[in-house]
Amino acid sequence: MTIEILTSPFMRYALLAAVITGVSAPALGTYLVQRRLALIGDGIGHVALTGVAVGLLTATSPVLTAMLAAVAGAIVIELVRERGRTSGDVALAVLFYGGIAGGVFLVNLSASHTNTNLMTYLFGSPLTTTREDLVVLALLGAAVLAVALGLRPWLFAVCHDEEYARVSGLPVRLLNLLLAVTTALTVTVAMRAVGLLLVSALMVVPVATAQLLAGGFRATQWLAMAIGVLAAGAGIGFAGVYDTAPGATIVLLAIGGFAVTTVVVAGWRRVRRVRPDARDGPAVEPPEVVLTR
Amino acid sequence: MPVSPPVLAVRALSAGYPDRPVLRDVSLAVAPGEVLAILGANGSGKSTLVRAALGLLPVTTGTISLFGTALPRFRQRHRIGYVPQRVGAGSGVPATVAEVVSSGRLARRRLRWLPRATDRAAVARAIAAVGLADRRRDLVGTLSGGQQQRTLIARALASEPDLLVLDEPTTGVDAASQLAFAATIRGFVAGGGAVVLVAHELGPLAELVSRSVVLDHGRVVPPGPGRTGDRAPDHVHPHAPAEPPGIWRGNHR
Ligand SMILES: Nc1ncnc2c1ncn2[C@@H]1O[C@H](COP(=O)(O)OP(=O)(O)OP(=O)(O)O)[C@@H](O)[C@H]1O
Ligand SMILES: [Mg+2]
Repeated sequence: MTIEILTSPFMRYALLAAVITGVSAPALGTYLVQRRLALIGDGIGHVALTGVAVGLLTATSPVLTAMLAAVAGAIVIELVRERGRTSGDVALAVLFYGGIAGGVFLVNLSASHTNTNLMTYLFGSPLTTTREDLVVLALLGAAVLAVALGLRPWLFAVCHDEEYARVSGLPVRLLNLLLAVTTALTVTVAMRAVGLLLVSALMVVPVATAQLLAGGFRATQWLAMAIGVLAAGAGIGFAGVYDTAPGATIVLLAIGGFAVTTVVVAGWRRVRRVRPDARDGPAVEPPEVVLTR
Repeated sequence: MPVSPPVLAVRALSAGYPDRPVLRDVSLAVAPGEVLAILGANGSGKSTLVRAALGLLPVTTGTISLFGTALPRFRQRHRIGYVPQRVGAGSGVPATVAEVVSSGRLARRRLRWLPRATDRAAVARAIAAVGLADRRRDLVGTLSGGQQQRTLIARALASEPDLLVLDEPTTGVDAASQLAFAATIRGFVAGGGAVVLVAHELGPLAELVSRSVVLDHGRVVPPGPGRTGDRAPDHVHPHAPAEPPGIWRGNHR
């Protein structure tokens, strides 16, 4: 019986949708975490909700309108960030809450649409993925991966030290806008599997887990992608068998993985501290200068 | 033999931050092979000056030119290596020494997707030049403050620059490492490079400095009697460098 559920076509589509999300969200999220903008995906998700509402209201594809709203929101956020004013924080808050309030307001204008419909976009509905959805998801996911992996050296440089990238003559503004737009695409991809309110979780939590284990930026990115796929796949499977909310299950699995990893790594460090690494021995610098990130 | 233009020329520069002018009428020039020290109290505008010279701050009035090209039209960015004044080189996601130093190579690598052998060799040389060869795969966040500073110096060296702009590079660096750093800079200068060095304490770098400029409240203090800052060029690095000169400057010239 459970096997039948797992091999049914809608389950397969759900699994594929989740895996596409699980691999692309952390790939892009690595840059957001590096830049300490972990919650930016959340903000763009809020803005995308207004786009969804516009789509529902005008009976056009909510995915398309969400994507347009997300891209527009991401560009505005990037321009505000670039100004670097202290008021940027407030401007972002206005954008985030305006996005979600606008979405709810617009959806309620149309009597024909119930709140269930809105919930679908807020918390995801991978089990309703159609073949056409899947094609769109695959294309968007491929675009996200192409940027996140193909432009790694340049995006790394810009996110690591923007001033240095500018001195190096890199097209900093173009790279920043590209990163913003790609974040918006990632939000659109993840909307199906985990919903707009949980998008950020898949962009951030696998990265947080991976950086506990990996020994470098590139390694963190790859490991985060693997963790994302694992959490997404297992989450869909679990949700299919036990009939839980798929988006929430995926995110809870990812967070569970993070918690377990934290405990294990802390334990491992404690064990190692008993026998200190020989390499850290006669350092030239006094040990109290050591900066733990 | 044609006279080569100054590596950096700043003329009558006024610059600063929005609603906060800092520099007023600053002029200076750095010739090839020269080491210019910029001295001054906290808040006198030293960092503002070098940041404006690199195009990181808007210029209110005055002109800046690099290698004879006006700053807005200057494209040979790989000819500049910059070490910002900052504590640490860490970031949100841990990165290795090699990853951070490699990002300094992009100015020369441009948009080539795969690094060439020369790119990788230059990165390796830069890391070796600051004595971190055995730590290249270590996370920058696990290094000491002085080692992180050296990582940033290696990043600046990775593009094989002709001008190094160093904003208090030896702050938080111990005496032994300062000596090693001085040796690195001596090698760089011996290979023909020019240096702009912002510092409070010159320490072992003092003997390398060919000229110094003192800033006070955003203005250049006119050289007066009793100042020992200006040295005749033939008194610069009187002791022959013991280390291989310009080891990271090999291939491209
Ligand atoms: N980002 C900024 N925004 C506004 N004002 C700034 C900024 N950075 C520096 N300033 C101001 O510009 C003036 C010069 O600062 P600057 O950093 O150039 O000094 P400095 O000579 O490098 O000092 P230090 O020795 O402490 O490094 C200071 O009065 C400072 O308040
Ligand atoms: Mg300064």
